Amino acid sequence: MTTMAQSDSWRRLDPKMLFVHPIREVGRALPVLAGILLAGSGTGRGGLWGLVGTGIMVCIGVLRWFTTTYRVAAEQVQVRRGILRRQVLTVSLDRVRTVDVSASALHRVLGLVRVTVGTGLSDRKSDSALRLDGMSAADADRLRDELLRRHAPAAAAADDPSVPAPEAQPHETELAVLRPSWVAYGPFTLSGVLTVGVILGFAWRVISETHVDPRQLGPVTAGYAELLAVPRWLAFVGVPLLLVAVVGFASMVGYVLSFYGFRLVRLAGGNLQVSRGLISTRTTTIEERRLRGAELSEPLLLRMVRGARLIAIATGLRVGRGSERGGSLLVPPGPGEEARRVAADVLGSTEPVTAALAPHGPRALRRRYTRLLAVVAPLIAALVVLWRLDLLPAWAWETSLLLVPIGAAVAYDRYRGLGHALVRGVLIAGRGSLVRRRYMLRCDGIIGWNVTESFFQRRTGLATLVATTAAGRQQYAVQDVPLEEALRVADQALPGLLTPFLETAGSEAL
Amino acid sequence: MTETLTDAAPRHLRLRPPQHLVSPRAIWYWTARALGGWLIVLAVQTFYLILASDDGLTSWHVAVLVATAVVAAAHLVVMPRWRFRVHRWEATPHAVYTQAGWFSQQRRIAPISRIQTVDTERGPIEQVFGLSNVTVTTASAAGPLKIHGLDRDDAQRLVDDLSIAIETTRGDAT
Repeated sequence: MTTMAQSDSWRRLDPKMLFVHPIREVGRALPVLAGILLAGSGTGRGGLWGLVGTGIMVCIGVLRWFTTTYRVAAEQVQVRRGILRRQVLTVSLDRVRTVDVSASALHRVLGLVRVTVGTGLSDRKSDSALRLDGMSAADADRLRDELLRRHAPAAAAADDPSVPAPEAQPHETELAVLRPSWVAYGPFTLSGVLTVGVILGFAWRVISETHVDPRQLGPVTAGYAELLAVPRWLAFVGVPLLLVAVVGFASMVGYVLSFYGFRLVRLAGGNLQVSRGLISTRTTTIEERRLRGAELSEPLLLRMVRGARLIAIATGLRVGRGSERGGSLLVPPGPGEEARRVAADVLGSTEPVTAALAPHGPRALRRRYTRLLAVVAPLIAALVVLWRLDLLPAWAWETSLLLVPIGAAVAYDRYRGLGHALVRGVLIAGRGSLVRRRYMLRCDGIIGWNVTESFFQRRTGLATLVATTAAGRQQYAVQDVPLEEALRVADQALPGLLTPFLETAGSEAL
Repeated sequence: MTETLTDAAPRHLRLRPPQHLVSPRAIWYWTARALGGWLIVLAVQTFYLILASDDGLTSWHVAVLVATAVVAAAHLVVMPRWRFRVHRWEATPHAVYTQAGWFSQQRRIAPISRIQTVDTERGPIEQVFGLSNVTVTTASAAGPLKIHGLDRDDAQRLVDDLSIAIETTRGDAT
C-alpha cells in the first residue's frame, strides 16, 4: 500500500479542478454576460471589461489549484493555500470532530467532492474553516478515514504498527433510510417558499441585468389583463390556491433534491454517517463520542401531520452556519416515530425521548399572554391612531383585532410546548409553537449555566436557565421556569458546581 | 424562626449573590459611558431644532428635547447605582460565578475545568477611572463571563489566580 508513503507528503487537489474553476467563474458571471449580450452594444466597452474580469477570475481559480496543498502527518492535518498571502492551517487530529463531503452537480460529473473538516473551535471565522474543494471521491474517502478512524485503532495497532488496520470493508449498521412515502411530508416543510423566492429573485436579477421591461412582454401583459377580467372573488380564491399549489409542488421537488437517497448509518468505528442528495450530494460523518445530544424539531405544519425532523447536537457542528448549514441533520422531515426512534438510538435510551416534560406553571402561562399583548396591543393602538388621523381606513384596525384570538391560541400553544426534564443524565427542554423543539442535551456536554432574569421575570419568580455547551447551538434554554426549579435542575444536572453558591431559606436566617 | 425544617417540608433554594462587589469607581465609569451616548442624542436633537426652527413645530421639538433630557437624567442617576448593587463576582477553586445587569440580570457560572482563556482589557474610559474588565471564555460561544469595573489590581490578581487554577486542570474543555 502506498498510503503510508503518501500520507506524509504534501498532496494536491484533483487536476480536474482546473476544469471546474473556469466553468464555475463563467457560470457566476453568466447573468452579467447575458446582460451584456442582450443589452447590445450600449457603450461597446462594457462587454470587454466583463470578459477581462471573467478572465482574471479564471486565472485566479487556476492559480488556486497550484497553490493549495494538504497533508496528514504527525497527528495533524495541514492545508497550505493562498496566492499573495500564504496560509498554513494546522489542526491537530484529536480536534477533528466531523468531516463533511459534498458534491455539486458539476463536481459529480467529474467525480469530484468538496471536503469540510469541522473542529471543536467555537469562535473561528468562517474563512479559516478547513475546506478542500475538488478531491477525487476516493481521495476524500481515504482522507476521511485518516481523520476520523485514527482514534480507535491507534491504541490497538500500537503493538504492531506495520500491520494496516484489518477492517478494510467497514461493517456498518443502518439506523434510518428514506422511504418513498416520506415525500408526502415535503409540502409541509414549506421549503418551497424559499425555492419560489429564489426563482423569483433569479428572474428579477435577469430582468434587471438585461434591462427588459416585463410590461412590454406580450405574454405577461396578456396574462395580467386576463386576471383583471375574471370575477374578483375568483381571483381572491384562485390566486392563493394557485400559490399554495405552486409552493407545495416546489417544496416536494426541493425535498427530493435534498433528501433523495437519505441514509443514516453507524460505522464500525462508532461514527455516524448521513448521506443524502439527488443532484448535489452530501455525506456528513460525525464522531459519535462528540455527540452531545439531539434536537427534535416539529414546525407547526409538520406537527399537524405528525412529522418531525432530528438534528444532531455535536461539538464541531454549529447549527445553521454557512456551508455547515444542514450538516447536522440526522433525520429529514418524516414520520415522527422514525425521528424519535433514531433519537433514542443515538442517545442510548428511549427515556429522554418519551419522558413527559414538567410544565412551567400558571406564571409561565400568564407570561405567554402578557408577552403576546405587549406585541399586539401597541400594533392595534397604532392602527387606531392612524385611523383617527384619517391615514388608514377603519377596516385596518378592525381586521387587526383578529390577531388577538390567533395570538392567544399561539400563546397557549407556546405554553403547552414549554417544559423540562432530567432523565438518565440528559437535560430535556421543550419550547415553541410555530416550531416546537425538544432539546435533549447530555449533561456531560454542559459547560456552564447562565441564569437570566428580566425585571418582569424577577417579579413573578421566573427565570430562564441556559445551559451553555460547545455543541450545536452553543446554548440551550429552559425558558420561564420557576427559579427554584431551575436551580434544582441545574444542581442535579451538574452535581457540585452550584452547591457552594446555593442556600436554603433556613440557612439564610442563620 | 420557630418552625423546624424537615426533609418533607419544601426547602426554598436560593442562589446567593457572588461575594465580591466591583470597585465603587465603576459607578462613575458607567455614568460617563452612558453620558456619552445621551450627549450624542441630545446634540442631534438640538442641531435639528436649530435647523428646522421655522417649520411651526418648534414647541414640539422643545418638548421632546426636554423629555429626552429628563429620561437621560433619570437613567444617569438610577442605572449606575442599580448596576453597582447587582454587579458582583466570585472565583472559587472550582468555579467562576458572576452577576451582572440591572433591569435585566444574568448570573453565570462556569467550572474552572471548562475555562479556555482569561483576558483582561482596559478601554479608554476605564483607564480614566483606573478600572479593568476581565473576560473568561469557555468552549461555548454563548458562555463568556465578563466582569466589568474591577479595580486594576483586583483584576490582575483574579487573572493570576485563575491562570494557576486552570493550569492544574487538564482536558480539552469541550
